[in-house]
Amino acid sequence: MKSPYPTWFFLPAGVFYVTLFLVPTVASFWFSLTRWTLFDVEFIGIDNYVRFFQEPPLVQGFVNTFIYAFVTSGAKVVLGLLLGVLLSSQIIGRGFTRSVIFFPVLASTIGVGIMFKVLLDPFDGPVNAGLEALGIPGPGWWTDPATALLTVAMVDIWKGVGLATLIFIAGMVAIPQEYYEAAKVDGASSAKTFWNITLPLLQPATATVVLLSLIGGLRSFDLIWAITKGGPGFTSDVLASVVYKQYQAGFFGLSTAGNVVLFVVVAAIIFPLSWWLNRKGDES
Amino acid sequence: MRNRVWRWTGGLVALVIAVVIFLVPFVFMVFTAGKTQQEASALQFSWPTEWAFFDNLMTVLSTRDFLIVRAFFNSTVLTIGAVAIMVVLGAMVGYVLQRRRSRWNPLINFFVLAGLIIPPAVVPTIWVLQGLGLFKTLVGLIAVHVAFGLSFCILLFRAFVAGIPRELDEAAIIDGAGPVKLFFRVVFPLLRSVIITVVVVQAVFVFNDFTYALYFLPGDQNATVQLTTYNYTSQAVSAWNLLFMNVLLITIPPLIMYIFFQRQIVAGMTSGAVKG
Repeated sequence: MKSPYPTWFFLPAGVFYVTLFLVPTVASFWFSLTRWTLFDVEFIGIDNYVRFFQEPPLVQGFVNTFIYAFVTSGAKVVLGLLLGVLLSSQIIGRGFTRSVIFFPVLASTIGVGIMFKVLLDPFDGPVNAGLEALGIPGPGWWTDPATALLTVAMVDIWKGVGLATLIFIAGMVAIPQEYYEAAKVDGASSAKTFWNITLPLLQPATATVVLLSLIGGLRSFDLIWAITKGGPGFTSDVLASVVYKQYQAGFFGLSTAGNVVLFVVVAAIIFPLSWWLNRKGDES
Repeated sequence: MRNRVWRWTGGLVALVIAVVIFLVPFVFMVFTAGKTQQEASALQFSWPTEWAFFDNLMTVLSTRDFLIVRAFFNSTVLTIGAVAIMVVLGAMVGYVLQRRRSRWNPLINFFVLAGLIIPPAVVPTIWVLQGLGLFKTLVGLIAVHVAFGLSFCILLFRAFVAGIPRELDEAAIIDGAGPVKLFFRVVFPLLRSVIITVVVVQAVFVFNDFTYALYFLPGDQNATVQLTTYNYTSQAVSAWNLLFMNVLLITIPPLIMYIFFQRQIVAGMTSGAVKG
């Protein structure tokens, strides 16, 4: 008898996935070994990769990718957890506060980038004007090579912390109240309750936030492009912006090699991490 | 007693943080968008002395032959097209993947996961699109969004289908429904709540997307709103009022979505959200 669940249901989706995701991904391994103009392909072996790891600006983009991803996801976990605790307790204006914190998640990244570029303008920006009024000299934010990358990371945290908060709230709501009642009967302090009940039982939520923000952080492009374009110099370049710059300059082979480096990095971090986090989740 | 103190102080602290850090930047944007050019150039956080909101709106809309209006049209077509295809195809895969145990399942599950995690190889994708004659076309960008967004849809649909009793399928089969009819007439309508979630979350994502539009639909002629706004920054450096009006305009559609579908967005983001 024929199954009522036909395999050909996979087909239409498969066509899109295979032609526009799988084929390019597989082909990129080949193209990354070539000098490529979209019309001419010349095999040059691993030259692109050698160049990638020899040119200081490209290496800096590589290093920045990690800094950016770890800073943003670390901050999103810590701040998201704090806001999550605050916003899941019985406080006034809870619904409104939640909405306000979550809205930037949905706002246009380009719009947010432009907005903060102006707000954080070192010369006329309102933020520095405000700091000056308080007698604090405002930093150069995105024009100072030392702070450019961290400035963009900060805006990224601003935009994304609402999602982390929301996931933590969802995780906390799922914890059965009985645990807290039992802890109260035993006379546990609220700090102890948090460390020994809330935090361990939030493990799945934490795993989601960590994975999500790491994936997002490693691939991040639009916010960086809107605020600094990788500058000043190459100080805020990341892999994704290096890939775009090389593409723009017509170095398609080199650009694709950067892309391969990017997905090797993403896969090498995310797959083992998600396996480890999920295993940890199963144990508890 | 302690609870009441916490309820008020904690609440007020949270409220102040939220307003100062998250709301004030948007307020600044709205104020600047309503100022005259001269006043806006001071970049001060102040109430506009003279509201030029409507004038600015008209100027932005009519700039360069109503480019932004055309861009809004493109973005709408893009969002509706991509999301509609994604939902139908994603639901088909999620449904069969959940219902039918086969030796292909582990492989398909792996591909779904890979689609979620691995960043797309952009230049080779351009190469494929060019081969198909779809590079720099709206259709091409729609196809790209479908390809990259399917994984997320499939995960949500698969999880949801697990909650639909198989007895329903069996009853429909006994009544003589074929596989296609079974899916589209019986199962698909039952997916309604998850469909709304997927539609809303993906619509916001596709509408806000900048990166893929930059790669696969460059140029001004058929650009999306995100791209047009971005290109605007290089031309209108001194006209902050117009720039912020532009940013305000592209922020409104997601805001409306949020107001109407807050619960669905929240549910979708938290349940299957493994998206960057």
